[in-house]
Amino acid sequence: MTPPTVTLAKALNTALRHAMREDDRTLVLGEDVGTLGGVFRVTDGLTEEFGEERCFDTPLAESAIIGTAVGMAMYGYRPVVEMQFDAFAYPAFEQLVSHVAKFRSRTRGALPLPLTVRIPYGGGIGGVEHHSDSSEIYYMATPGLTVVTPATVADAYSLLRRSIASPDPVVFLEPKRLYWQKDEVALPVDTGPLGWAAIRRPGTDATLVTYGPTLPVALAAAEAAAEHGRSLEVVDLRTLSPFDEDTVAASVRRTGRAVVVHEAHGFAGPGAEIAARITERCFYHLEAPVRRVTGLDVPYPAPLLEGHYLPDVGRILDAVERLEWPATPRTSGAAA
Amino acid sequence: MTVLDAPAPHAAPRAPADARTALRLYRAMVVGRAFDRTATAFTRQGRLAVYPSSRGQEACQTGSVLALRPTDWIFPTYRESVALLTRGIPAEDVLTLFRGDRHCGYDPAAHRTAPQCTPLATQCLHAAGLADAARMRGDDVVALAYIGDGATSEGDFHEAVNYAAVRRAPVVFFVQNNQYAISVPIAKQTAARSLADKAPGYGATGVQVDGNDALAVHAAVTEAARRARAGAGPTLIEAMTYRLEAHTNADDDTRYRSADEVAAWSAKDPVARLERTLLDDGVLDAAAVAETAASADALTAALRRDFAEPPRRDPMEMLRHVYHQPPHHLREQAALLAGAADEADGADGDGAAAARGGEHR
Ligand SMILES: Cc1ncc(C[n+]2csc(CCOP(=O)(O)OP(=O)(O)O)c2C)c(N)n1
Repeated sequence: MTPPTVTLAKALNTALRHAMREDDRTLVLGEDVGTLGGVFRVTDGLTEEFGEERCFDTPLAESAIIGTAVGMAMYGYRPVVEMQFDAFAYPAFEQLVSHVAKFRSRTRGALPLPLTVRIPYGGGIGGVEHHSDSSEIYYMATPGLTVVTPATVADAYSLLRRSIASPDPVVFLEPKRLYWQKDEVALPVDTGPLGWAAIRRPGTDATLVTYGPTLPVALAAAEAAAEHGRSLEVVDLRTLSPFDEDTVAASVRRTGRAVVVHEAHGFAGPGAEIAARITERCFYHLEAPVRRVTGLDVPYPAPLLEGHYLPDVGRILDAVERLEWPATPRTSGAAA
Repeated sequence: MTVLDAPAPHAAPRAPADARTALRLYRAMVVGRAFDRTATAFTRQGRLAVYPSSRGQEACQTGSVLALRPTDWIFPTYRESVALLTRGIPAEDVLTLFRGDRHCGYDPAAHRTAPQCTPLATQCLHAAGLADAARMRGDDVVALAYIGDGATSEGDFHEAVNYAAVRRAPVVFFVQNNQYAISVPIAKQTAARSLADKAPGYGATGVQVDGNDALAVHAAVTEAARRARAGAGPTLIEAMTYRLEAHTNADDDTRYRSADEVAAWSAKDPVARLERTLLDDGVLDAAAVAETAASADALTAALRRDFAEPPRRDPMEMLRHVYHQPPHHLREQAALLAGAADEADGADGDGAAAARGGEHR
């Protein structure tokens, strides 16, 4: 029998439901998460099943949502909070950076915070201003936070379960434009622990390192490259911090070339860190400098212009072509 | 004019507006209603990315704008389309943000109107700061910040009211209590008896007013602006109203409120109500009603015509205004956008030069 078809949003919803069923310390709070079921319906039906004390609408105050969740976590609950959109999490930044990230180390392990902060992020859905930020670098730059972002339906379920179960605070970034992506998956499913990357497509000539919203773009680029005789390996990071250096380095050592692809800004963006680590680990294996294909270094543009902002297949293929190839392209399998 | 029952110090003043003001209000409301209907129709035709309707809140928006002087500043949110229109911003420019070609469709300095604010309550601080700056300069300028009931829970709102009260900044915080923050009703937002009640704790004046009565709103804002100009500090006005449409066209309001509730508030429609009052008072007659309807039709017809044109799409626009001088990495990206990807490695591809040229035009 084929497994049922599930959207990524539904997989997240199911993960919350299962986590709440298994552990009554799990709470869901945020703006519009109750009656409405969240603006993306990720919390749909949770208040119905678990009641107002386990899934509830808070006053409209992000700093309060995360700050009170800190107190709840201190008292033994496992709160899962929803920030409605990427740019609306900024009012809570103080709580996240000054407290959530630092509680374990400040208290020398006495008060770890098992708290999950879900944030829909990224563009590509025609949203107006402040609804399309790629804010991962702010969280990645904060020691103490685990930063996770699924790109597949199975990972959406599994990584959210793993995040809620984590003894550390997790910033769980949900790529908005993948919410309606469907796959055939039987839930529950376990795709492994946090901190591990996945190879989504094997290849031999170059490695595309990506995550979240740009995974499908990178896969499409690899498909297009294959038609021109280039075999691209696609690595999906899944967890941005901690960063899975081993999987990435092993891949780049095999292929000798790397392009980091993400939607966030390029300047001082995630790709800078990733490229630096690849260079450190793979210097003698690299045939070319690591390239980056990223969103532009501008405030996220108005919806009618976002197509020019977002990395697309063409930009990825351009970057791949500039990886200092020998005059005759290597054939598949030639790279060792 | 109706003022909601509220204990002192919340009672709004009852100064009756003159006939000329009443007619201006009526006209702005009818035009605003027609504009809002047209914008909502555009969402169904896919011509707007999104639209947060003002339907039901026209008395709040026209009454407040018309109580201010053109030299005063307003700080609108995404909800204030009718306020912008009443300020004299061309209809097409009011919708630019929602069509998706630009983040702000008008010149804020020219209209003394800040860009429409999406992150909730953040504009309250801008209004407090601008008002304080005007006070320090000795200018006779008032700032009015619009805010929804839900957003009064945000820290920035409280910081702004407190700051303005301490500094005696000439600000009016104008809360449109339309009963919901997306799906969350006011009872889940605050345990306070009224939002106006929040003002006294900060040393500001709190006023509650019937937000479906344009004359009452006009009177309340006129008085708040007068007090601000006189150095008496900020006023927090809570206008009791209702949003008759969903939060935006993308929202399904049947999930969180009943048809009966919407119908009950529809019966208090602010546009119909002012029309009735003015007809009864003899300020308005059938001919003036017809003439106002005709001018609203003319505006929406022109808007539909303007919207038939394809929207502006200049990709270079997004790079041009990030800095006064584009740094080299943005010039490289301009080259990339211009299709000169091969030159993007050097700082001076054709596209980069073009982008720089664009900056200095
Ligand atoms: C800081 C912040 N958090 C969340 C949002 C998402 N959001 C947009 S509108 C809205 C509800 C606002 O309700 P209210 O303040 O009552 O204003 P209304 O829309 O009813 O005019 C929410 C939660 C936001 N824009 N900014």
